[in-house]
Amino acid sequence: MDQLYDVIIVGGGPAGLSAAYSARENGAGRILIIERDRELGGILQQCIHNGFGLHHFKKELTGPGYAQRCIELIKDKPEIEVLVDTMVLEVLRDKTVIAVSPEKGLLYLQGKTIILTMGCRERTRGAIRIPGERPAGVFTAGAAQRMVNMEGYLPGHKIVILGSGDIGLIMARRMSLEGCQVQAVLEICPYSNGLTRNIVQCLNDYDIPLYLSHTIIKIHGEKRVTGVTVAKVDEKNAPIPGTEFDIECDTILLSVGLIPENELSNGLMLDMHPLTSGPVVDQHRQTSLPGIYAAGNVVHVHDLVDFVSEEAEIAGKFAALEAQGKADGNLRSVDVRPVDGVRTCVPQKLSLPEGGEPVKLFMRVAAPQRKVRLEVKSGDAVLFSKMLPIVKPSEMVAVEIPAEKIALSGSEITVGLQQ
Amino acid sequence: METKIMNCIMCPMGCEMTVTIENGTVASVKGNTCPRGDKYARDEITAPKRMLTSTVSIEGGMLPLLPVVSADVLPKERILDCAVYLRKIKIRTPVKTGDIIVKDILGLGVDIVASRDMEAHG
Amino acid sequence: MEFVTSADIVVIGGGITGTAVLRELSKYNLDCLLVEKEPDLAMGTTKANSAILHAGFDAPTGSLKALTNVRGNKLYHDLEKELDLDIKWTGSMVAATNEEEMQTLQELLQRGRANGVEGLKILTHDEVLREEPNLKTVLGALWAPTAGVCWPFGAAVAFAECAVQNGARVMRDCRVLGFIKEDGRIAGVETNRGVIKTRYVVNASGIYADEIARLAGDESFTINPRKGEYILFDKTACSSLVYGVVFPTPTKKSKGILICTTTHGNTFIGPNAQDLHEREDLAVTTEGMNEIMASARKLIPNLPMGASITEFAGLRAVSSTGDFIVGASGVAGFYNAAGMQSPGLTSAPAVAEILAGAIAEDSGAVKKADFKKDLPRKVSFCRMTRSQQAAVIEKNKLYGRVICRCETVTEAEIVEAIKGPCGARTVDGVKRRTRAGMGRCQGGFCGPRVTQIIARELNIPIPEVLKERADSHLFYEKNQADREEA
Repeated sequence: MDQLYDVIIVGGGPAGLSAAYSARENGAGRILIIERDRELGGILQQCIHNGFGLHHFKKELTGPGYAQRCIELIKDKPEIEVLVDTMVLEVLRDKTVIAVSPEKGLLYLQGKTIILTMGCRERTRGAIRIPGERPAGVFTAGAAQRMVNMEGYLPGHKIVILGSGDIGLIMARRMSLEGCQVQAVLEICPYSNGLTRNIVQCLNDYDIPLYLSHTIIKIHGEKRVTGVTVAKVDEKNAPIPGTEFDIECDTILLSVGLIPENELSNGLMLDMHPLTSGPVVDQHRQTSLPGIYAAGNVVHVHDLVDFVSEEAEIAGKFAALEAQGKADGNLRSVDVRPVDGVRTCVPQKLSLPEGGEPVKLFMRVAAPQRKVRLEVKSGDAVLFSKMLPIVKPSEMVAVEIPAEKIALSGSEITVGLQQ
Repeated sequence: METKIMNCIMCPMGCEMTVTIENGTVASVKGNTCPRGDKYARDEITAPKRMLTSTVSIEGGMLPLLPVVSADVLPKERILDCAVYLRKIKIRTPVKTGDIIVKDILGLGVDIVASRDMEAHG
Repeated sequence: MEFVTSADIVVIGGGITGTAVLRELSKYNLDCLLVEKEPDLAMGTTKANSAILHAGFDAPTGSLKALTNVRGNKLYHDLEKELDLDIKWTGSMVAATNEEEMQTLQELLQRGRANGVEGLKILTHDEVLREEPNLKTVLGALWAPTAGVCWPFGAAVAFAECAVQNGARVMRDCRVLGFIKEDGRIAGVETNRGVIKTRYVVNASGIYADEIARLAGDESFTINPRKGEYILFDKTACSSLVYGVVFPTPTKKSKGILICTTTHGNTFIGPNAQDLHEREDLAVTTEGMNEIMASARKLIPNLPMGASITEFAGLRAVSSTGDFIVGASGVAGFYNAAGMQSPGLTSAPAVAEILAGAIAEDSGAVKKADFKKDLPRKVSFCRMTRSQQAAVIEKNKLYGRVICRCETVTEAEIVEAIKGPCGARTVDGVKRRTRAGMGRCQGGFCGPRVTQIIARELNIPIPEVLKERADSHLFYEKNQADREEA
């Protein structure tokens, strides 16, 4: 088979592009990016707002601007091939990739290593079970964003947004700028799930009310949405009788969370993590199957693309090293277990060389807290701690643990928050 | 003397800042981690400003829309006017990132530039 | 009088019953026309029901329901091959959780045998677990090997396509407003698209069958809509639910809330049964969902609710007579196929035989010699082997572009669904024909792309593409007013 690649990257969004760049920088000879859309860049191409890139490119960029930077980095590099308009149907455990495209038909491609960078998808109405009719006018925020920002159509004119995730907040402003009336943003949690800056500049600037601890209990309209009934919810997220009120709207945008794309990971029978919904990875972003790496939103959902790029560069580097036979052998395995207020932590395990190496942990907390100490412990011994002024579930916490500290760990380390 | 708590919006960190105001002018800003926060807080009290991102119609490209961004912040109260103005703009490919799409929008001294490349499409 | 068109027979209603009747009538030398008020076929009861091809042990022995159920079940075995229908012959179980229910199983067994159902037997606890390992609380079950599940929407479209290939016509967006009668017999049908000249009408209008009958002067029955709500699970959930069709032991009111596989490998729980006062109440309710979940938990305590992907409701047409109403009415030329609640789906081909036979006899029609019973096979990319997939892309490169990633539906399949003889015109129409948008992302990704393909293929602007029903617009032109100003 002449289609043998050092690294095959599934997905040409920011994770895939950063992984490709890094794989090449680390010596991989033949790299292939497979993208199902008509161009590279992934979801960034529809995220036309700014706020990307401050960490990674030290400059504030728009989504398409960030994508463009990533594309520039891999463009005209003979080692990096790109297939667009190509969908991966299956990845086999022997690292064969079966893909399909209108121009090239059915393709069998062989990788020495594979990096999964398929990103994530939006949760839907069904997943959260909203009662009521099934009229037209209910969209996920991301689907609406693509229509408004790339295709040139509006999903409606009078909008209610369910969920205060960042896409929902960004869409509230976007629809306002397009001349639509955004009636309300509803959030079932007692706190927002988006970045504070987005509450300020996307809602407050446009006088859009944010109802915390509220949800839609019924959708009205037979053909097209005509309105919603909303209620306050108790601590168990159950609607409180007597608090119902109606809001008129012709459109409901759902911003109720993102889930990693799992088809290919499941097909490969990778170990999956129940809370991140993505594959379990070590600090090199290697999955439970040697030679298969994963990075970005396919592993766990990020709020900053900068961290996606950072993680993908790690994956790209170690996939490249493995493909060249330069990977370290005889690694010591350490489990990373979130405790006390930390909900998830990536990587979930460490594969440490002799003497350890610095490891960056990416965590999500369970609830908002102020003035907490993050503690990384091995048994009762505190390996590392850091004060954090404020933590929120919506904002990923990233800390780097120095190599000499990690070297002291036993077979398990815990990461938790202390008051 | 008056104090205001505000979140910086200059970057996703969203630093929480305490702003002390005396006689209508900002006496001090605390809690910011970089100078942009200080500037943002002072502007926010006296003359709030925002970046604008939107789209303009484009002909001859793979997509019918081109994303654009203001080269600098604009007065917050003129953001909607600028957005309405951009809805009427129609341009042609090819376009390169950073190309000026609207010079000095509404006389506010800020250019609107392309956020991405868009080539002419066959 | 001005006529928009004429036909020997007008079938009202494009559900499973109407389309089955149309196909049966197209075997005769008759000019047949089906009218459907919605933009697509099968938009009423047919699109939202349990999709079960019942064995036939439920209905009272001697009833029309029992007779047509057993006959219909047999006919589907032939139709499956001729029309390339999506059917899985799973068999069904009625599960009993106590001794009293075990007694009821005996009654069902006796009744089933009297109805002519083949292969019925009572399974022990262990035998049940061998088939359905999650039914740990079950004492025993009635096993009916002839039952199956099908894709009712697909069946209705296939019936219509078969009729069309034999010369019948289908008019959609065509709502019946009244009837023209001459000397007490049917002479025409008034619709929103004009008057259709005809001498025979078949009323297969589902939950509206009594209203349509009344317009013709037949006031012999009423229809009470009964709502059933369902929760659908992702394909991955079947290992924690069931692999086949599992009913609880029935009560007087209904067959109960079942746990059931679909032809596409999903699993659902439902339906409950709520008698309605409004005809169009398709709202899913919190109470309804709680009822379904509570009931299903009696058979499977740990429901994988995290894997639920959608909820929906359907309406069943319950007739005032308690049985199907099939045949000639008091109005000459006016025939009913009404009250087609469960097992209406299974019975439809048998009901169609009865009706077509009666009309043929009355009108003196004879069977055509050249009836084309087989439909051309449709390409289902995701069910093909890799080499078959490679071969179809060679012929048409649009098979190489996957539009729905959850269900692996290609652009070519979507285009074919739109171009077909009773082609899709709506996003939901494409979804029901191809499965694009039926997966776990529920069209979040492919919905806008399908919208664009429909607009392109039908040569209409995107804002004119509908989700499902008339006026169910999805997208609007951006900045139109502004642009016109400028």
